[in-house]
Amino acid sequence: MSANAGFRPELVCPAGTPAGLRAAVDAGADAVYCGYVGPTNARNFPGLNFTREEMAEAIQYAHARGAKVLVTINSFPAAGRFEEWRKAVDDAVAAGADALILCDIGVLEYAAGEHPGQRLHLSVQAGASSPEAIRWHVREFGIKRVVLPRILTVAEIRRVQEQVPCEIEAFVFGNIGMMAEGRCALSNYATGCSTNMDGVCSPADQVSYEKDEAGNLNSRLGGFTIDRYGPDERAGYPTICKGRYDTPVGRCKYVFEEPRSLNLVPLLPDLVAAGVTALKIEGRQRSKAYVRAVVSAFRQALDALAAGGTPDIAALSALAEGQRTTTGAFGSKAWR
Amino acid sequence: MIIRDMLRAYAPPPMRRLAEGDMRALLPPPGLLRRLPPPPLLPLQPPLHRIVTDIARKHPRLFARLGDNAGRRFLVDVEELPFVLLLQPRPAAPTFRAYHRHRVPAHDVRIAGTFEALFRLLDSEADSDALFFSRDIVVEGDTEAIVALRNAIDDLEGPLTEDVAAAFGPLAGILRRLLAALRVIFEETPS
Repeated sequence: MSANAGFRPELVCPAGTPAGLRAAVDAGADAVYCGYVGPTNARNFPGLNFTREEMAEAIQYAHARGAKVLVTINSFPAAGRFEEWRKAVDDAVAAGADALILCDIGVLEYAAGEHPGQRLHLSVQAGASSPEAIRWHVREFGIKRVVLPRILTVAEIRRVQEQVPCEIEAFVFGNIGMMAEGRCALSNYATGCSTNMDGVCSPADQVSYEKDEAGNLNSRLGGFTIDRYGPDERAGYPTICKGRYDTPVGRCKYVFEEPRSLNLVPLLPDLVAAGVTALKIEGRQRSKAYVRAVVSAFRQALDALAAGGTPDIAALSALAEGQRTTTGAFGSKAWR
Repeated sequence: MIIRDMLRAYAPPPMRRLAEGDMRALLPPPGLLRRLPPPPLLPLQPPLHRIVTDIARKHPRLFARLGDNAGRRFLVDVEELPFVLLLQPRPAAPTFRAYHRHRVPAHDVRIAGTFEALFRLLDSEADSDALFFSRDIVVEGDTEAIVALRNAIDDLEGPLTEDVAAAFGPLAGILRRLLAALRVIFEETPS
C-alpha cells in the first residue's frame, strides 16, 4: 500500500472547443480549463476556444456531471485594450465559472474588487515560483490556488507548499518549453507578435511546412527555418525553443529543448506527497481525441494511486511531441 | 473448414490471405492503385457535392470557427487514391470536387496522408498533432487555414464519416458498409 492511498488529487484537463470539454468531462476530468475566443487567453489559435454562449452551455454541461470549469483569462492586456479583459472576467463570472485563472495584476485587482465572492487561481503565466510572490498574490487578491511554473523540482514544490496559504496546481503532462512562463519573448523576435499579450507563441499565419524532394520536412516561423526533419524523423511544434540551430556549441543542435512532452507519471506519488492538490494536463490546442486519451489514462492512473496501486500509462508516449517524453525540471535541474 | 485449409495450403498468397479474412488481399500491389489509368471523375462529382452541402446544412457552427478561412481551397491528397479532392467550405456555396493527379488544381493548403490516417482524423479517433509528429500526415501551405479547419471539424459531435453516409438518405446503410470495408482494406496497407 503506497503512502498516497486514499488521497485523490483534482485532475484538471484542457478543452479548446465545447466538444473537447464534453470529452474531458466524460473521460473523468474533475475540472476543465478553457478560454474565450480572442487575445484574453494564452491559446489564441484560429478556430479554437469558446464564444460566450458556448462557455455558458459548457459550464452547464460540466456542472450537471459534477465537474468544474475554470475559465482562463491568462494573457497580459496591451495598453488601451483592458476593456476586453474586464469584459471576459464579467462574462465568466456571469456564466457561473468555478474559478478564473488570471495572471495580470490589473485583471486580478479588477476581478477581486468587482467580484469578491469569485474563486481566483493564479495562472502559470504569472510566473510566481517563490513563496514570497505567491503569498503576495494571496494577500492582495485572495487567490485560492497557484499554478506553478514548470521550472521547479518536486523537492522545491514541497518547500513552496509548506510556506504558502493556498492550494498548489502542477502540470503533469503536455507541452513543455525551456522558459520562465509569462516572461518568454523568444518568438517575438521572429514573429513580431507578443506571446504573452497576443496569446500565441507561434501564430499559425506565420508557420509554414514544406516537404522537399528528398522527403525532408522544413519547418518555418516568420520566414525563418527553425528545423528540418529527415524523412523518417519525428516532427515537433514550430516553436523557436524547439528548433535546431548552428551555434558555437555545434551545428544543427537543439540549443534550448528537443521536441518532447512532459510526462510526470513516474513522479505522481512524489507530487501528491509534496502536497500538490491539483494535477494539470496541458493541451487546449490539441484535439478531443488527445483529450479523451490522456484524461482517461490519468483518471485510471490517479484512481490506481488512490487505491494504493502503481500507475502505468506508457502508451501516452504516442501522443507526445516528437513521440518522446521527459520529466523536465520536475525530475532534475540538469534536465537541459 | 476443409476448403479454407486447402486454400491455405495450396492457393496463391493473395487467396490464402483472403481465406484468413484479410480483406487487404483484395487490393492491387502497393502503389499500383495510384498508377492505374485515371478513372472517370464525372460520376463522383454529384455525390461529393451532396456530401459537402449536407454537412454545411447540418453544422452551421463549423463556418463560425472557420471565419475568414472558409474561402480557402483545401487540397485533400489521399495517398492510395488515383485522384485528389478539393474542398472550398464557403458557407453560402461550399464545393468539394475530385481532380486527376495530373491536373492538380490551384490550392491554398495541401493535406496528405494515408486513407487510414485521414479517416481516423475525420472521425476524431486520432489526434492530428500526433499524426503530424509521426509524419503520418503532411500539411503544406496556409497553416492558419488548416489549423482553423482542424479545430472546426474537431468541434463536431460524432464521427464525420457518419454525416457523409447520412447525406445519401436511403443509401446511407450501403455507404456505411462501403466505408467500413474500405477502412479494413486500406488499414496498414503500404501505399
